[in-house]
Amino acid sequence: MTLAEMQFQTPELRLASAEIFMLVMACLILMLDLFVKDRKRTVTFVATQLTLVGAAVVTFATTSGDIGYTFSNMYVGDLLGDVLKLLLYLTVIVVLFYSRGYILERPQMARGEYYALTLFATLGMMVMISANHFLTVYLGLELLSLSLYAMVAMNRDSVPATEAAMKYFVLGALASGLLLYGMSMIYGATGTLEITAVAERLYMGQVDRGILVFGLVFLVSGIAFKLGVVPFHMWIPDVYHGAPTAVTLFIATAPKLAAFAIVVRMLVNGLIVMAPDWQMMLILLSVLSMAIGNIAAIAQTNLKRMLAYSAISHMGFMLLGMVTGVANGDARFALNAYSSSMFYVVTYVLTSAGTFGMILLLARGGLESDELEDLKGLNKRSPWFAAMMMMMMFSMAGIPFFVGFFAKFSVLQAVVAAGYLWLALVAVFFSLIGCFYYLRVVKIMYFDQPTNSLPIIAPLDMKILMSANGLAVALLGIFPQALMSICAFALLRSL
Amino acid sequence: MEFKTFVFYFLSAILVFAALRVITSRNPVHAALFLVLAFFTASGVWLLLQAEFLAMALVLVYVGAVMVLFLFVVMMLDINLDRLREGFWGYLPMGAIIALLMVGEMGLVLGGNYLGLFESSVRQAGADESNVQAIGRLMFTEYVYPFELASVILLVGIVAAVALTQREKRKNKSVNPSQQVFVKARDRVRVLQMPAEKRD
Repeated sequence: MTLAEMQFQTPELRLASAEIFMLVMACLILMLDLFVKDRKRTVTFVATQLTLVGAAVVTFATTSGDIGYTFSNMYVGDLLGDVLKLLLYLTVIVVLFYSRGYILERPQMARGEYYALTLFATLGMMVMISANHFLTVYLGLELLSLSLYAMVAMNRDSVPATEAAMKYFVLGALASGLLLYGMSMIYGATGTLEITAVAERLYMGQVDRGILVFGLVFLVSGIAFKLGVVPFHMWIPDVYHGAPTAVTLFIATAPKLAAFAIVVRMLVNGLIVMAPDWQMMLILLSVLSMAIGNIAAIAQTNLKRMLAYSAISHMGFMLLGMVTGVANGDARFALNAYSSSMFYVVTYVLTSAGTFGMILLLARGGLESDELEDLKGLNKRSPWFAAMMMMMMFSMAGIPFFVGFFAKFSVLQAVVAAGYLWLALVAVFFSLIGCFYYLRVVKIMYFDQPTNSLPIIAPLDMKILMSANGLAVALLGIFPQALMSICAFALLRSL
Repeated sequence: MEFKTFVFYFLSAILVFAALRVITSRNPVHAALFLVLAFFTASGVWLLLQAEFLAMALVLVYVGAVMVLFLFVVMMLDINLDRLREGFWGYLPMGAIIALLMVGEMGLVLGGNYLGLFESSVRQAGADESNVQAIGRLMFTEYVYPFELASVILLVGIVAAVALTQREKRKNKSVNPSQQVFVKARDRVRVLQMPAEKRD
């Protein structure tokens, strides 16, 4: 077949209408902001939020429940993608509400570009979620990362923020390099970059395993960098600590959903035949992350840094669900295992948003309040928000009848079902160590004397949202079934 | 050995050597020039693959534009790269050991002639097919989605650069024609009376 004879089908744009909408609106908001005189950028803010709501409507309206491919099979539209995207919009909306007050107090951040970059980062995550081609995975990832680097550096007078941005940029570039090298090796072995085609060629079995394993190592390393699991976690504490808290909140929440999506797309959809190989790698990463994340978090005095190590351990825990999909060549438990991972990541994002939101709620007058000491006696200053924070901490620690408990429970169930009893015991052991530093936060809030007795001033919308976030953590703990079945159903219809 | 294979190994050897010199040469201008050499030989490798348009684009864009700009910046900034990489020679033995170990391990994984250079299955393009046409057709049909995404990434790059470098509004230096036409002769020229001075 020569190129001239090649048939080209006009892509079906309806499938990708949410991405197109997001791109058009992001460009329009970039233009709109030029005409906004208001220093608070209220118009830009409202337009950004409306765009996210609009994208949710578009995604909801075009969802069909079937798997559809477009753009020469580079884009896949399925239920998993739609569910993750709806959760993504919701997360970004909440993140923007939480960070509104914080960025208004920092003139360098309270600019239209901040909102435009947020939308471009969201677009990057959407592209990652719907990628069916290694090239689009990479491009989505770069779109997300590039926006995030700029957002971290936006508060330019802050030396830690600039340093964090630099570290993030250099290590992120290294991770992209690893990922690309892995992809090129997989291309070398299979002759295609299209994820479903890679899976087909692997099934046929005329593929050189040597090169494939070689590429897989780099691919998994690149993913591990982006997820921030040990031994590729070095950037997480510095970036979480150094970045402006509003940006930390963003980095700590929404990209985790997209990272989960690319793990499913690349490893499960594309390389499931290689599962025994990548599962071994993920077990190693997961155990190391739970160990180092939980132990290093104990030594931290800064809340953001502590949560960074906690994020490392949580991502390790989430990977546990991914390693138990195929046991002894039997994929019976795959759906259960992957949906437990998805449930874990969704609930982690929910809890993480609330926790970083609380740091933003306490930060006032251009000052951060991200030290553990700043939480001293929070109960005396505001019993309601102390209770919210306590619920977040309980959920992260995995104490029963909060949502984090059920997330951990379902992952452990999948691990035991796949026959990895020792792995489950290791996970429980390190979670118990983790309880120490979460409960220490609760102790500081309830039993220490407050160092300042200023009441907490926050806009009403933030208070309402924070309460809703805390109550969601509690309610989902009592009724986890609905969200669990959504995760399972989305994966069932998409794998 | 076929002549083409010989040319490939010859170009690759120069490429690897130049790439090594980019990071080891002490003089930043030399490093930049070695990078030019690396690009140039890489374009030679592409010519071997019959991708003449890509080879030319590499020379024109990277060697002709990017590297010249880069050399210009290196010369303008007067960076003391020796100080930047003070530790380089100290760390080199340890780094080299680790790198050699990794290369060895990679070799073990891949084994002998796994890379399949000799049974290369690169499609040979017919003489009637233009390289530029093929790339253009693919870029705007099959690869239109990644192409558009790449352009969005460039846009984000611009937005980020502007957001990070521009602090406050620049002083506007444009002319205002409606005021310009009202200018009087005495606004433009001022005649000064100065006493004559004696030369000594």
